[in-house]
Amino acid sequence: MSEIATMNVKEQFLSTFGVQDFHFDTEASKAARNEATKRIEGLEFPTSKTEYWKYTRINRIVKAEYKIAESTTTIDITPFLIEGMEKNVMVFVNGFYRADISTITSQEGVIACALSEAKEKHADLFNAYFSKYLPTDEIFANINTAFHQDGAFIHFAKKQKADQPIHILNLVEGDQIITNPRNLIIGEAFSEGKVVTSYHNLNGGKSFTNAVNECFAAENSYLEFNKLQEEDGTSFHIATDQVQQEKSGNFTINTFTFNGDIVRNNLNIAVAGENGYTSLNGFYLPKEKQLVDNHTRVDHLVPHCESHELYRGVIDDKATAVFNGKVMVHRDAQKTNAFQANNNVLLSDDATINSKPELEIYADDVKCSHGSTIGQLDEEAIFYLRARGLSEDSAIRLLLNAFAADVLEHVGIESFRQLIEEKIENGLKK
Amino acid sequence: MIKIENLHASIDGQPILKGINLEVKPGEVHAIMGPNGSGKSTLASVLAGREEYEITEGSVTFEGKDLLDLGAEDRAREGIFLAFQYPVEIPGVSNINFLKTAINEIRKYRGEEPIPAKDFLKLVKEKSALVELDNSLASRSVNEGFSGGEKKRNEIFQMAMLEPKLSILDETDSGLDIDALRIVANGVNKLKSADNASIVITHYQRLLDYIVPDFVHVLYNGKIIKSGPKELALELEEKGYDWLKKDQVIEA
Ligand SMILES: Nc1ncnc2c1ncn2[C@@H]1O[C@H](COP(=O)(O)OP(=O)(O)OP(=O)(O)O)[C@@H](O)[C@H]1O
Ligand SMILES: [Mg+2]
Repeated sequence: MSEIATMNVKEQFLSTFGVQDFHFDTEASKAARNEATKRIEGLEFPTSKTEYWKYTRINRIVKAEYKIAESTTTIDITPFLIEGMEKNVMVFVNGFYRADISTITSQEGVIACALSEAKEKHADLFNAYFSKYLPTDEIFANINTAFHQDGAFIHFAKKQKADQPIHILNLVEGDQIITNPRNLIIGEAFSEGKVVTSYHNLNGGKSFTNAVNECFAAENSYLEFNKLQEEDGTSFHIATDQVQQEKSGNFTINTFTFNGDIVRNNLNIAVAGENGYTSLNGFYLPKEKQLVDNHTRVDHLVPHCESHELYRGVIDDKATAVFNGKVMVHRDAQKTNAFQANNNVLLSDDATINSKPELEIYADDVKCSHGSTIGQLDEEAIFYLRARGLSEDSAIRLLLNAFAADVLEHVGIESFRQLIEEKIENGLKK
Repeated sequence: MIKIENLHASIDGQPILKGINLEVKPGEVHAIMGPNGSGKSTLASVLAGREEYEITEGSVTFEGKDLLDLGAEDRAREGIFLAFQYPVEIPGVSNINFLKTAINEIRKYRGEEPIPAKDFLKLVKEKSALVELDNSLASRSVNEGFSGGEKKRNEIFQMAMLEPKLSILDETDSGLDIDALRIVANGVNKLKSADNASIVITHYQRLLDYIVPDFVHVLYNGKIIKSGPKELALELEEKGYDWLKKDQVIEA
């Protein structure tokens, strides 16, 4: 007892992972875990004084007690399926792969398997890409590397166009569950692929998902990565999305956050090859006392690239949203076009938004813009619609759907887009 | 159809309407004229259900119901339509989509089934032809980037789609060129029947050449200070409002 009492928060938190046995892991994976573990020793959890985490207090996340629990129960996944994407659903429950309830339809040139399997079967790829560009100084990303259970490994081979998008379905079953899901997505040169990863709770509970997604978009690849976060309102989610984009690639990432006590997304995109096109978008809809924090960073490292960022949110009740979008145009990145916008609608007087678009430009021949807006719904428009017979409710929905539409147009999977549209509608109670 | 009695309305404690009396019967067209700022749009807004105005006195009955008791949407569902003087632009909300929602909510209110998609499209085609509204405008975002005249035409298109019992046209003629004026007025006339009525707010006799009113009222300083047959409009065009304002002072 006394020993536990003297443990600090970090030790206490990390002790949860002691039960995990990585005995069967590959040497390369074990080495990555060990390195991360060593780095963690020198790192602390961010505090309110840590600039990068200023608005998001993670005390409640790291002081809670969690357990790791593999689940073998029968689970009906149908409520979580996305129409038209049922043929490729990789299911993870509490972070562990459930082959028994997953469906993978083989597609030419596409590998979709559990990361644990890829570590052996596709060791060359795993070793080449795993943890390659992940920030070394962020404790949560390191914790994931050190203690990840499993995740999806998706590989689109050179010149292959995957017709069917792949759904990575993450479910949490039980109370106080901690998961470290880890996805690795690789689009080889001239490949084309679309992926959705979604996060849900099966039954209530204060769980914590500490996710890492690594995406590699090789030259002339066309990759779309969608995230749907709709865990319970009592759950925590911290995600690190690390993207490396090469020459003439086209990369899109869309992040939709509907629920979660505290949700934090750290998105880092390195535009490392010329003529790249990057699109990063988000929509968030926090309510009650929830907090959604999107920290994005785009590094333009080379010339002639274009990035478009659009994050929008509707904040209700006493909820808080944070948007911090940094675009760094490095010295060599001449002829960069970088556009960033963050628009917010506050539905209540107690809702809060902290919006901070940041543009740092070290090249002289660039075209960049950024802007953020905060507003209420247009009362005149609501009256106009009501005067035509729409209820106030329908009028508000129409306006909010219109507000979300500019974000949703970046979703290339039609049925997923419709699903998000519905979720936005349903997310607006009143 | 509608009976307005001693209606007083104010905004931020400032009285704007100061005792309006007006009765409109089915089949009638009433024109309301009057100088800028006299309260014409305020009257229209109050009837349509804008909540910023405080009704301090008086009553409005519409088909036997207390209109002031209803929210804006229920008034629309009961059959009141306001063609706005300044229609708002609503980016991202398609004209057609919102009209479909509107029609279905109105039908639901009346205990009717939703309109079948085919019938709806037929209606759109028919009614947009009536006001010669370009098909592409019908499907664009509500009023977004519409010219002044197109916005007005869109108002009448919506009116045609919703088939109201009482239409209130607030300066629908302003900003219209001669051809558009004729088209809009024709549209209004074609929609006219023995069962519906309209209140036409305008500054110009010109519109009343097309939409011939049964009565003309002059609204000044929140009150109707004169009512008369359609010839009154001609007289106003000729003499302006000053002679009436003088009367008003004497009366007061
Ligand atoms: N929301 C408001 N806040 C303050 N004053 C208002 C408001 N709405 C109307 N008013 C005032 O009420 C008076 C009547 O305005 P209203 O728009 O009804 O006039 P109108 O007769 O329609 O004029 P016009 O011919 O210029 O359209 C004006 O003095 C106007 O400034
Ligand atoms: Mg007016």
